Amino acid sequence: MPVCEHDGARGVSLDPHRACPAAVCATPWKAALRAVALGLVLMVWLVTAGVLPGGRAMAAEDKPAASQTVRWAADSSADVPYTFHDPADPERLTGFEYDLMQEMQRHMGVPFQFVQNDWDGLIPGLQRGLYEMVICGIEMTAEHADSIDFSDPYYVTSERLTVRRKGPQLTTLASLSGHAVGTLKDTQAAQILGRNPNVELRTYEEESDAFMDLVNGRTDAVLLDGPIAKYYGDTNPALHVVGEPIGRVEYGIAFPKGKNEALRARVNAALAAMRADGTLHRVLARWDLWTPEMVHLTGDESVLDIPPTAFNAYVAEIQGKSGWRVRLERYVGFIPQLIRAAWLTLLVSLSAMVLAVALGLVLALVRLYGPAPLAWTATCYVEIVRGTPLLIQVLLIFYGLPQCGISLTPFVAGVISLGMNYAAYEAENYRAGLQSVAFGQTEAALALNMTHAQALRYVVMPQAFRLVMPVMTNDFISLLKDSSLVSVITLTELTQTYIRLSSTYFDYFGTGLMVGLAYLLLGLPFVRLARLAERRLASPHTRRR
Amino acid sequence: MVCVQAPVVLHAEQIHKSFGEDEILAGVSIEVREGELVSIIGPSGCGKSTFLRCLNFLERPDRGRVSVLGVSIARDGGPWRRADEHAAHKLRTHVGMVFQSFNLFPHLTVLDNVLLAPRVVKGERNATMRDEAMALLEKVGLRQVADRYPVSLSGGQQQRAAIARALAMRPEIMLYDEPTSALDPIVAEEVLGVMRTLDDEGMTQIVVTHDMRFARLASDMVIYMDAGQVVEAAPPEALFVNPQDERTRRFLRTVL
Repeated sequence: MPVCEHDGARGVSLDPHRACPAAVCATPWKAALRAVALGLVLMVWLVTAGVLPGGRAMAAEDKPAASQTVRWAADSSADVPYTFHDPADPERLTGFEYDLMQEMQRHMGVPFQFVQNDWDGLIPGLQRGLYEMVICGIEMTAEHADSIDFSDPYYVTSERLTVRRKGPQLTTLASLSGHAVGTLKDTQAAQILGRNPNVELRTYEEESDAFMDLVNGRTDAVLLDGPIAKYYGDTNPALHVVGEPIGRVEYGIAFPKGKNEALRARVNAALAAMRADGTLHRVLARWDLWTPEMVHLTGDESVLDIPPTAFNAYVAEIQGKSGWRVRLERYVGFIPQLIRAAWLTLLVSLSAMVLAVALGLVLALVRLYGPAPLAWTATCYVEIVRGTPLLIQVLLIFYGLPQCGISLTPFVAGVISLGMNYAAYEAENYRAGLQSVAFGQTEAALALNMTHAQALRYVVMPQAFRLVMPVMTNDFISLLKDSSLVSVITLTELTQTYIRLSSTYFDYFGTGLMVGLAYLLLGLPFVRLARLAERRLASPHTRRR
Repeated sequence: MVCVQAPVVLHAEQIHKSFGEDEILAGVSIEVREGELVSIIGPSGCGKSTFLRCLNFLERPDRGRVSVLGVSIARDGGPWRRADEHAAHKLRTHVGMVFQSFNLFPHLTVLDNVLLAPRVVKGERNATMRDEAMALLEKVGLRQVADRYPVSLSGGQQQRAAIARALAMRPEIMLYDEPTSALDPIVAEEVLGVMRTLDDEGMTQIVVTHDMRFARLASDMVIYMDAGQVVEAAPPEALFVNPQDERTRRFLRTVL
């Protein structure tokens, strides 16, 4: 039985064949260097991993000017009726803004490409050049105009109050005093409500959550833009829109500040043409969103005989069907999406773990055996990474690094931030493991004429590996769950899919169980595998006679 | 005992070693000739184990010189340099070592314990290496347990495996650091038997031991150390029957 049979079980480790027979590799520091090289190779692999399924979004990003494609972004996770996933066919995007973009593409004669991004990331993504423009019901306020440029307004609406049919009928801003009122965060509606100190303001990330809380009685009213009130409030049998329109809201297409005047001019020209030839009118009529304010804005007083087909289809889809059969069919329909999302989650987690193990090993070796300045640097790294929230690290790497000229694709950014974060924990794990191997083992190896590096590689590390194995499994399971954080950088993994599905169908429970189950199923094989490996590795020398 | 004219294979001169304020070795010198079995005895804390570990540089002497078969390392209180590490590595090719606590590699079988160093250090991977390892295990009486893991062996078996492991590197000199202190007398005899066999075959051996019977009966030379110094060095009959120094006499009165 060859000694090196054990190499296979060791996962990421130093090259087993370069044993340095001459007495050259005098210090384990050399071994650490080799591990650093290995880590670098892994990095390169990750960066070139753009071809992987999860990295599709980035392929276009690398060559913006090469083609004339205009990339536009929105948060399609729950934005009815702007851009959203059709409840009848979640694979398909729809919405009045989505339709407007299709029309504009025809008018401008260049291909448009949709880019999904989380609401909070839309403007940062625009500024770092992930796409050329954002159309997502962005209000043309003075504050927004400070950081971005707007097209001419393509839609005008006002704020509307939605209340429970069986609750207090609060029809004016003044009547809201003393009540809990919901709206979306950082909106004009939130500002209006904020002016009345007697209103108990509740702000939400997702429209569906705001209305869900209203239905459940956690709030007594919701103040939001006309289209949202119409689609979320009026379509719900328990709610209705009341009172007069409040204020004025204009939506504009957002561009990075002062960077793309040419495109902005072309978009404005296309908008003007779409107003003039009635395209805008027809699209909005289909969604039942042609309002007196729009008549006023466009001066188009014609009456088109266009039924609100898109609105009716949406209402029919969310109200018409109910019962367990329909639900069951819907859940079955989710499965392909969930599988895709689970695959991405798995891919991100596995790649991040590979990076974490490699980098963690390097950090541990440097801390234990490296020259003082490097050991100190490694210690700082571990402390800083462990002491700051992972979410911040993800955002910093994806949105912050481009400011320093390093632009990573979402997949790579996700893997690197997760991997670098877990590397800190792995490093401590390995350090403890290496230190717990008795020093007599190293001495015996040295006395057998091995170098320090060889002693580390063949005697200490194999024993340490067995000790840290159970902890590594735990870390991987929690990494699998922490990978949900990369949903903030446009990766549609399991958690992002849950948010999208649950808010499209107002079904948090069933979809929640399905996604939870998906995570569980992803983690289980690794738990079993680890237990198996542990038993196989541990038994021979820990089982006593 | 008759090899008086055999060449000196190990020469330690004026070895000094301190741990912080404590001076452990205050200028220890010995000369060992080829094929000799030298026992080092003395009270606990006299520095005999530290001295032994200085001979293969598991412990780095502060000052003094160690010469083994043409490899010589001199220390003058300066820092441990790359060249020193290089030389120490070369010196260890001639010197095997056995520890009080065996220090077998628990993650490898007995056979793999024996094979690891030849493979890693010398890059030997052929089948004859395996046969040689089996022959070594046969010699120490462990052929039957070659495929077992150290934890399943008795203490005596473990120590004999450790000897086989050291012999696999074909050293000219073997160092033993209290090889039988962790063993009961019956089991210890198995280990001492192996050492006697090696002595018969002409191996040069230096043994730090508390076993006075073994030191007296098996050694060619016995060294008595106290307080970091060699007090007396003589053939066993001379040292045990007619010790010259008062400290040696007091020690022997206590232990015998």
